[in-house]
Amino acid sequence: MTRAPLLSAQGLVVRYGAIEAVRGIDFSIHEGEIVTFLGANGAGKSSTLNALVSLVPAAEGQVLFGGEDITDVAPERLAPMGLTLAPEGRRVFGGLTVEENLRMGAYGVRSAEKREAAWDMVHDLFPILHERRHQFAGTLSGGQQQMLAIGRALMCGPRLLLLDEPSLGLAPQIVGQIFDLIALLRERDVTLGIVEQNVAMALEVADRGYVMAGGRIVAEGTAAELRQTDRLQAAYLGGS
Amino acid sequence: MDLFVQQTVNALALGGTYALLALGLAVVFSIMGLINFAHGELMTISGYTLMYCGIAGVPFVISVPLAILAAMVAAVAMERIAFRPVRGGSGATMLITSFAVAMILQVLFQNLISARSQAVMLPPLLSESLRIGNVIIGVNKIAAIVATVLMLVFLDRFMNRQKTGIAMRAAAEDFAIARLMGIRANTVIAGAFAISGLLAGVAAVLWVSQRASVDPLMGFTPVLKAFIAAILGGLGSLRGAVAGGFLLGFIEVYLAAFLPQELQEFRDPIGLGIVVLILLFRPNGMIPSRVLGSVKV
Ligand SMILES: Nc1ncnc2c1ncn2[C@@H]1O[C@H](COP(=O)(O)OP(=O)(O)OP(=O)(O)O)[C@@H](O)[C@H]1O
Ligand SMILES: [Mg+2]
Repeated sequence: MTRAPLLSAQGLVVRYGAIEAVRGIDFSIHEGEIVTFLGANGAGKSSTLNALVSLVPAAEGQVLFGGEDITDVAPERLAPMGLTLAPEGRRVFGGLTVEENLRMGAYGVRSAEKREAAWDMVHDLFPILHERRHQFAGTLSGGQQQMLAIGRALMCGPRLLLLDEPSLGLAPQIVGQIFDLIALLRERDVTLGIVEQNVAMALEVADRGYVMAGGRIVAEGTAAELRQTDRLQAAYLGGS
Repeated sequence: MDLFVQQTVNALALGGTYALLALGLAVVFSIMGLINFAHGELMTISGYTLMYCGIAGVPFVISVPLAILAAMVAAVAMERIAFRPVRGGSGATMLITSFAVAMILQVLFQNLISARSQAVMLPPLLSESLRIGNVIIGVNKIAAIVATVLMLVFLDRFMNRQKTGIAMRAAAEDFAIARLMGIRANTVIAGAFAISGLLAGVAAVLWVSQRASVDPLMGFTPVLKAFIAAILGGLGSLRGAVAGGFLLGFIEVYLAAFLPQELQEFRDPIGLGIVVLILLFRPNGMIPSRVLGSVKV
């Protein structure tokens, strides 16, 4: 690919005290792509995504988004720039209604037009959220909360949406719905970075992927390539 | 029966003031985990503003909003100067910072104004009373109840309808994720302090209206009570703070009115005993905050 990537990270390191969770990784996500990050528990996938949106600080390295250095930009400035995350464990605001959650998703969006467009798109994608709009988010089922978390993230009209384990803890048929949704998002030209435990499904929707183990990237390639490499299995068996 | 009605009005007036103060503590605590012991000094600042306005001959209808504004400005300034540098610090760090702020302000009041209690000029209307049937109710009590209700309605509207208010509720639940939505940390925290200042200012006007005086330690007792009320209601829970404030007001007023003469000496310990008893059965308070509900505080 010749165009500059939408997002790129070089030498990214994340530390929690003495623990080095991410140990200097390089990766990139291009406009229009779906990129997946795979790896066993504790591989450093969430730490990577969280560092991209400044929820945890990058100890070393650099993150560029749309050509701008966003390594140390405060999280609240990223959504207006078009970068956001639907975090692991959904983390919807349980004491806010569905509608209020969605409104908060668009908090940083100045243009009323953009807000309306995002609102329409979310209601289009998730009719159930419209139905439940006056309900407290805490009373939704897990699948509905995940839809709300994704819908809330979409409300800022992101150029790049990061999803951290969107299928975590959901019943199999709901997992199918979430992946259908991801396919729909691609049709709407949303660029996606997805962390998943569900490797088969992730590689089905993704264009490319990175496999992480012990805070490092141990394999990368197109989805088709990754389906074949034994590095993938090795990473899940704890090797690196 | 008349005595009972009378005391109920008193309890509502006092409980309402506690509720406003507890609410101010809870708004800040829910968002940044800080128990602001300097909340009382915000009241004192309002009290002195009323006093100086009285001396300068400013009409009461103007000095009241000025006094409230003074508490709001002081609250926001307090955050900027004292609490922002320790933001994200441990609960103990922030608590001690707030003690320091309170003490510094008390010393300043003592040295720059006076260590003694000063009279505050109030409009004569406030000391009049209305007779309804056989019940005599002070205008200041009615004003306190009306002001409390207005503030509670205003705050409810603000937190549920205004974008900033909703953002404050979101930030109270999950600060990091709220920031991810584009909600600026500084905005919600400054907003929380402004609201706590507003509530402290209104409470101060009500407090001074019952006493017509102000001294450097004026805020200490009511805020200590408000702190008890906030814990009683469930620390960090806004509805809890209101419920706790009213309950404490009722406990105090009813004990003072209906406890036999020989037991009056033990009124405060008995009141606190009731509080402790309630907390024994509901350790997280009457209406626990949904965020802290499952966590042992
Ligand atoms: N807040 C934290 N404080 C200390 N250590 C942490 C923290 N968050 C993560 N870690 C550690 O960092 C390492 C990487 O964690 P991370 O959550 O990034 O992994 P992950 O790949 O997302 O795993 P999972 O599949 O379980 O979500 C783990 O060893 C974890 O224990
Ligand atoms: Mg994770």
